Amino acid sequence: MPTSMVAVGDTLKTRRFEADSVQLFLYNAAIWNPHRIHYDLPYTRETEGHPQLLIDGPLQGDWLTQIVEEWLNGRGVLESFEYSNRLAAYLGDVLTGAGEVVECDDHGATLNLTLNNQNDKTTTVATARVRFQARA
Amino acid sequence: MSILTDEIRALIGTEVAPFEFEISRNDIRKYAVATGQRQRRYLDGDEAPLLFLFSAMMPVVPLNELLPDGRQPDSPLIPELPLKRIMAGGSEYRVHGRILPGQVLVCRQKLANLYEKQGSAGPLIFMVFENRFETRDGEPVVTEYLTRIAR
Repeated sequence: MPTSMVAVGDTLKTRRFEADSVQLFLYNAAIWNPHRIHYDLPYTRETEGHPQLLIDGPLQGDWLTQIVEEWLNGRGVLESFEYSNRLAAYLGDVLTGAGEVVECDDHGATLNLTLNNQNDKTTTVATARVRFQARA
Repeated sequence: MSILTDEIRALIGTEVAPFEFEISRNDIRKYAVATGQRQRRYLDGDEAPLLFLFSAMMPVVPLNELLPDGRQPDSPLIPELPLKRIMAGGSEYRVHGRILPGQVLVCRQKLANLYEKQGSAGPLIFMVFENRFETRDGEPVVTEYLTRIAR
């Protein structure tokens, strides 16, 4: 991806994320998150009122950084990243990460990113600023 | 009428004691697998993805100190507010350098701002926490602005 070929309106390759219970368990173990809503279904339903185990908000943020880094393909680095979870995402949801270049110059680009569920509802939005450079 | 009193606003700028967090290659590798990462440098643990730092913020406390919902007790930086239900509001990260295995990062936490807005279902209080991750030599690595919302 030569940086001269990046233009406003370019879209990133979409990626589908569908965490299963094993991935959800491993993620929460890796970040040391003992909140029951990610592994205890009876508690999650009966006490918290959710229909299913919840996909962590920061995991969704991480997924959006992944589609940026896959688009960069080693030609740049993240300078800043901002994300916000807008809607609960549940185990079994099929989430699609997408992004678009909204600003661009010789030095870098700004990308708007979304993670949408199978009903085309946005669960997470993000903005990334990247700086073009070869990775060390 | 403001629900944020002068007494509550006076807490802006409050800091807690910094803590250190050692970046381990094995922890990076586990995180990379668990997040479905595809970049080889992360899968090999040669560098940590940005949101790996979220794990740094999870306190390691004894089992008998966990709350009934499983969570660790809340940060002492969360002030006593008239609104009790706390929700995540998102994060903004400014990246100054790479997160590498073997580094010992120092995290300095501060209540950076408190402000209120009128939501569709009533008032909301926004709490902004600044988490500065630095090397032991004081070189900034990542600065996070984490927002939590009380309603």
